[in-house]
Amino acid sequence: MNNNSKTLFARPEAMTDVVSHYCPGCTHGIIHRLAAEAIDSLGIREKTVGVAPVGCSVLAYNYFNCDFLEAPHGRAPAIATGFKRLRPDMMVFTYQGDGDLISIGMSEIMHAANRGEKLTAIFVNNAIYGMTGGQMAPTTLQGQITSTCPAGRDLNETGHPIRMTELLSGLVTPMYLERVSVHSPQHIIQAKKAIRKAFQYQMDNKGFSLIEVLSTCPTNWGQTPNESTDWLEGNMLPYYPLGCFKDSFAEEDK
Amino acid sequence: MTKVLMKGNEAIAEAAIKAGANNYFCYPITPQTEVAEYLAKRMPEVGGVFLQGESELAVANMIFGAAATGKRVFTTSSSPGISLMQEAISYMAGAELPCVIVNIMRGGPGLGGILPAQSDYFQSVKGGGHGDYRLLVLAPSSVQEAVDLMILSFDLADKYRNPVMMIGDGMIGQMMEPVEFPDKIESPDLPPKDWAITGAKGRKPQVVRSLFLDPYKLENSSWHLHEKYELMKKNEVRFEKYKVTDKNEIIIISYGTMARICQTAIDAVEAEGISVGLFRPISLFPFPQDEIYAEAIKKNIKEVLVIEMSTGQMVEDVERAVVGKKKVSFFGRTGGVVPSPEEVITQIKDMIRKKSKSKKKA
Repeated sequence: MNNNSKTLFARPEAMTDVVSHYCPGCTHGIIHRLAAEAIDSLGIREKTVGVAPVGCSVLAYNYFNCDFLEAPHGRAPAIATGFKRLRPDMMVFTYQGDGDLISIGMSEIMHAANRGEKLTAIFVNNAIYGMTGGQMAPTTLQGQITSTCPAGRDLNETGHPIRMTELLSGLVTPMYLERVSVHSPQHIIQAKKAIRKAFQYQMDNKGFSLIEVLSTCPTNWGQTPNESTDWLEGNMLPYYPLGCFKDSFAEEDK
Repeated sequence: MTKVLMKGNEAIAEAAIKAGANNYFCYPITPQTEVAEYLAKRMPEVGGVFLQGESELAVANMIFGAAATGKRVFTTSSSPGISLMQEAISYMAGAELPCVIVNIMRGGPGLGGILPAQSDYFQSVKGGGHGDYRLLVLAPSSVQEAVDLMILSFDLADKYRNPVMMIGDGMIGQMMEPVEFPDKIESPDLPPKDWAITGAKGRKPQVVRSLFLDPYKLENSSWHLHEKYELMKKNEVRFEKYKVTDKNEIIIISYGTMARICQTAIDAVEAEGISVGLFRPISLFPFPQDEIYAEAIKKNIKEVLVIEMSTGQMVEDVERAVVGKKKVSFFGRTGGVVPSPEEVITQIKDMIRKKSKSKKKA
């Protein structure tokens, strides 16, 4: 390497050098990387602790080069609360899927958000239960076929899919709530900004942030990776609009 | 230090602070809510953490997260609340996180009642959550002992990297008694908390978890936990004997508040020439199995009488200890009904009468 060479792309220090267990075309890897890049850019790897959920990203601790806690299903925000209250000097993020965060963990996320815990929640919404093999999630779209709604989700039986970021934005306390997607490069760039901002706010002790990331699940959607990004754009974006739902420091930010 | 008159729940709270446990998460439930009320005022004075969570389910998971820092943490609840905590208790046992959980028991099952009971013995001692694990379980019979055992519980939790549960019936939490707190707490040499989550600075990242997808690794972990429980059985058996002599005809096995009522009854029948001894387990896990066996097989003992504020739970462990060498009888009241000394006296006298009748027949 000569002295003029410049590193344009490398693995973030906050990621480990291992092969992940994620399926081809799954966007968990991208979202992991965005979190790791945010951690690196803020120089906080050595004081960051992640809380892994139950679901496909249960093994997230194998891929992040920082300390981790492995939570029971849905309880990551409670675990993170306990930790952060005792160690307010450390940075704590939860990484949770839609089954974990909305279904079994609805109570824990709502109350952690409402208490204004100084946490960053990364919420991955792929409209299905991935790890258990493709069952209906609270985010499964109307008519979407899963192994527990083989005829497609029937709204009369199971209600409408939950828009979690909108639901949280009904609370007064949370500081920053944004929905992003990672199905195209320009969306990934926006997602990266949002995730970094959520960590930045925690660093500044500003309060609770949640970034909802729309994600693909080619395996359980029964699609190729390319079909799944198209499906996300065509089906998820209309129901789950992207954008910032709350940013208490937006003005200050500018 | 001088004695102060304190309610059990408040004394338990103060004991935890004396033990350096300045981190408390709670959810209100009768009959232990005074612990939370006391600490809501007291924690800010000592610069500690006090947080009322949204449910016992969340609180127990907050304890998981808090315990992972390596600091001393605890929670208190009562029977239905303890049921909700079982998820995190199992995870903490699996992840080897030290913490102290106090159960001021009320009658069950279900919502049950709010009066004193000892019907959570099975849940505490046999593993209320899933998986191969045990809690170290201690049962005080006075407010002073609740203070002493609370302080000990934190040392034991750190020593074994395991949740410790202190169970008292509602009476222990609600009654007022004079108590004395030690001026200075001397903890024994405890293992370093090098497992704690403190940030990956100057070391490799650490993970606190109970997940082992490889069955051989999970099996190893389970046997490792088992070895700790065997060590507890060797080192942590605690009990007290009251008026145990070679003149005893009956030996009563009873714990907590119930054991104190039995003492009153034993004193009363002694005045009438009936000799009864009391064996009071203080550690319910590990259970003083060998020690109970040694007392039960003594020639003078005609019968072993187990008395509980339940329909009979510890009696199964006593039967296991006595292995059929002597007759084991049971007397219990439950649902919040606390037996009076008179009821215990009647039980003792009935037993003596039956024994002498059967002797005459022979």
